[in-house]
Amino acid sequence: MKRIGIDVGGTNTDAVLIDGDKITASIKVPTTQDVMSGVKSALAHVAAHIGDTPRPLDAVMIGTTHFTNAVVERARLERVAAIRIALPTGASLPPMCDWPEDLYRAVDPMIFMVHGGHEYDGSPLVQMREDEIREAAMKIRDAGVTSVAISATFSPLTTECEDRAAEIVRSIIPEARITLSNSLGRIGLLERENVALLNASLQSLGRTTVQAFKTALAEIGLDAPFFLTQNDGTVALADVAAANPVFSFASGPTNSMRGAAFLTGLDDAMVVDVGGTTSDIGCLIGGFPREANNIVHIGGVRTLFRMPDLLPIALGGGTVVDPETGAIGPRSVGYRILHEARVFGGQTLTTSDIAVAAGMIEMGDPSLVRDLDPTFVHDTLARMRAMVAENFDQMKTSAEDVPLIAVGGGAFLIPDEVPGASEVLRVENAGVANALGAAMAQVSGEVDQVFSDMSREQALAAAETEARAAAVAAGADAGSLKVLEVEDIPIAYLPGGARRVRVRVIGDISFG
Amino acid sequence: MLQEFPEENIEALATGAWILGTGGGGNPYLSTLNLRRLYAEGARIQILQPDELEDDDMVAVVSGMGAPLVGQERLKDPRHMARAVELMEDYLGRPFRAIMALEIGGANALSPFLAAALLGRPVVNADCMGRAYPEAQMTSFAIGGLSMFPLSLVDVRDNEVIVTRAESWKWMEKVSRAVCTAVGSTAATCKAPRTGREVKDWGIHDTITQATELGRVVLEARARHDDPVAAVLDHAKGKQIFRGKIVDVDRTTTGGFLRGKTVIEGIDADRGATLELAFQNEWAVAFRNGEPVAMTPDLLCLLDSVSGSAIGTESVRYGQRVSVVALPAPEILTTPAGVAAVGPRAFGYDIDFKSVFK
Repeated sequence: MKRIGIDVGGTNTDAVLIDGDKITASIKVPTTQDVMSGVKSALAHVAAHIGDTPRPLDAVMIGTTHFTNAVVERARLERVAAIRIALPTGASLPPMCDWPEDLYRAVDPMIFMVHGGHEYDGSPLVQMREDEIREAAMKIRDAGVTSVAISATFSPLTTECEDRAAEIVRSIIPEARITLSNSLGRIGLLERENVALLNASLQSLGRTTVQAFKTALAEIGLDAPFFLTQNDGTVALADVAAANPVFSFASGPTNSMRGAAFLTGLDDAMVVDVGGTTSDIGCLIGGFPREANNIVHIGGVRTLFRMPDLLPIALGGGTVVDPETGAIGPRSVGYRILHEARVFGGQTLTTSDIAVAAGMIEMGDPSLVRDLDPTFVHDTLARMRAMVAENFDQMKTSAEDVPLIAVGGGAFLIPDEVPGASEVLRVENAGVANALGAAMAQVSGEVDQVFSDMSREQALAAAETEARAAAVAAGADAGSLKVLEVEDIPIAYLPGGARRVRVRVIGDISFG
Repeated sequence: MLQEFPEENIEALATGAWILGTGGGGNPYLSTLNLRRLYAEGARIQILQPDELEDDDMVAVVSGMGAPLVGQERLKDPRHMARAVELMEDYLGRPFRAIMALEIGGANALSPFLAAALLGRPVVNADCMGRAYPEAQMTSFAIGGLSMFPLSLVDVRDNEVIVTRAESWKWMEKVSRAVCTAVGSTAATCKAPRTGREVKDWGIHDTITQATELGRVVLEARARHDDPVAAVLDHAKGKQIFRGKIVDVDRTTTGGFLRGKTVIEGIDADRGATLELAFQNEWAVAFRNGEPVAMTPDLLCLLDSVSGSAIGTESVRYGQRVSVVALPAPEILTTPAGVAAVGPRAFGYDIDFKSVFK
């Protein structure tokens, strides 16, 4: 199995070539203004090592922050139309009613609410009004809007309304790109609809980004199938992924965690990824990041969908230390560390300066921090250690000690001993952990539904069957599938022993 | 004298109400959004003190009923809450002077505001739980032996029901719950109307103000980077029961309740100890190393140790840093009749009620 993995981050673009589980070539280049020239030079470097072996390249896996950045910057987004099938419920809280104003303006939505939807038990809420959907579609067409998000009450349980509405919209706007909320989100109409609308606003960018990657690959002369990495540590074929940009939002931290798993050979561990401004602590279970099962804000929008469970800490290599009190952060000099940190001749005391003074790392000019009081350095380090320890403990899923893997440019800030950690591991090649994580990605299938009138065992079995089918549909090899996560919650007040079951399975990509 | 409820108090009320929800009552987020939108459209709520009611004034007692999960899909619309009130007025043939909350805990603290904004009536500064409880007989009006009927229930699909009589509060709970389930486990309800005299005698007074002030101290402490939990304890004269980390959550549904327990491992002063918080929709009893140390009707609140935000029984998860705080219960709930209605035995725990404040 020969693969190239690329991770396009805010600062660096990493690429690796792997053969089986061996790293054949790797490179790190600065991310360029136009992004693609950096990608091309990284690709060209590793592609040169593919060599003359008869076995061709199997796949190229790309992780990118393009889509997250667009939402955060409120740029490169397109006008969307929202059709919500939920009347007579919810009229007072229309789609996007809780979005930040600047993002709302950037997306400039057309909003329609129509009659229909379902109940928690799958029965219709009211008869769906197809005429209302048709009328909305005609207005959308007349306005020249082509990206449409469709949501309906309890659509994760039954997709009937959203599916039928999509047919109607497509019959009126054949070129429409339609996002169905049930394909992205979970129970929680507003949050699921928000995900669908974010996704709709990124359709054009998804297409142009994938096209640009395709052109780059063609120019290097690579014609292997190409995938985009997803929030959950899996991949989707690029053309499929282009339709669901929201599933790439957290691919950076996810790839870094997956890469850490690969580099250490540990499938169950905690990972701390230390950047310039913040660190993220995550939890690897069976080689995959544990999923967040709670609200995640993206660009100020509440969402609830497949995202890794990450705990951000305001501790990075550029985090500012108050020279009087020793207080750490939350301010950071970020990428300006090379000018502003004391060891680089700047005026600002940072965590990196403390680390240099303590002899934990060599960088810059150590003589520039020699004046620091050793007691001050010692106390500041102790506070950093406490920050890491407390957040680490919060993310742990059991009371037993577990290994902690430190990756990222600021990994030297993580002490060798952390309470609750059986060991602290550092890895070589940590700099390209992200690209490695991308190269190693697999395919998953998930189901999250309310089951009633059956036993717990029956409900779990039914959910697993559906999750397996979803994974195969996404391109997994059925024989390689294994269950990654099972979770069930009984639902208060509902009759019939209703429980919400979430099952996720994962497997290797089926080639051919 | 009527007093306007300013817009900037909405977040404070929601924050405080979620704490007083003692783990249940539903997250007030969607209700908060609704109320903000009504204010943006020009609505303003007037608050009426209970002692300003005339004895023969009629007061509507409103609440959203049903499963919180259904409420996340079938989003609440203020018009239905208002309709439940109008339906009751039609039935009674008399207008309501004002509207009050059934429970100040959770999303229902805002329910009277939503109806009041559309109907142009004031909201009474009172409720009949002083917190959140799951069933109709667990109110100060039930403890006072007041009438439990009629009740109006409104479904979004133009289904409207009036329960004209019920044999007891428990029967009212049973019958209205069955109707609620039939319409999809969510409905707007207007409970048995109260006279001004009844609200003055049996209502739990000043709870809108209490919830708002409680929320305000949390928001202010957070903004100052002070300890919001300490602010809650100080402001509400509460007692810290435990501080620790969630290490286990076990949930089951029986008899229409979300039951279960969550286990907290102690840190700081509680290091080495374990607290088990048993819940039935709301936090009911706290067992320290197996011994009951705090229980309903004292308010057991599970707060995020850093933000001071309340954590619900449906959303508590492993690893959260939490503080368990007890707040004093309204006096009426600690009387013998109150303890019979909402004490530990009402939730199936064979324990004598002992307040942490006595």
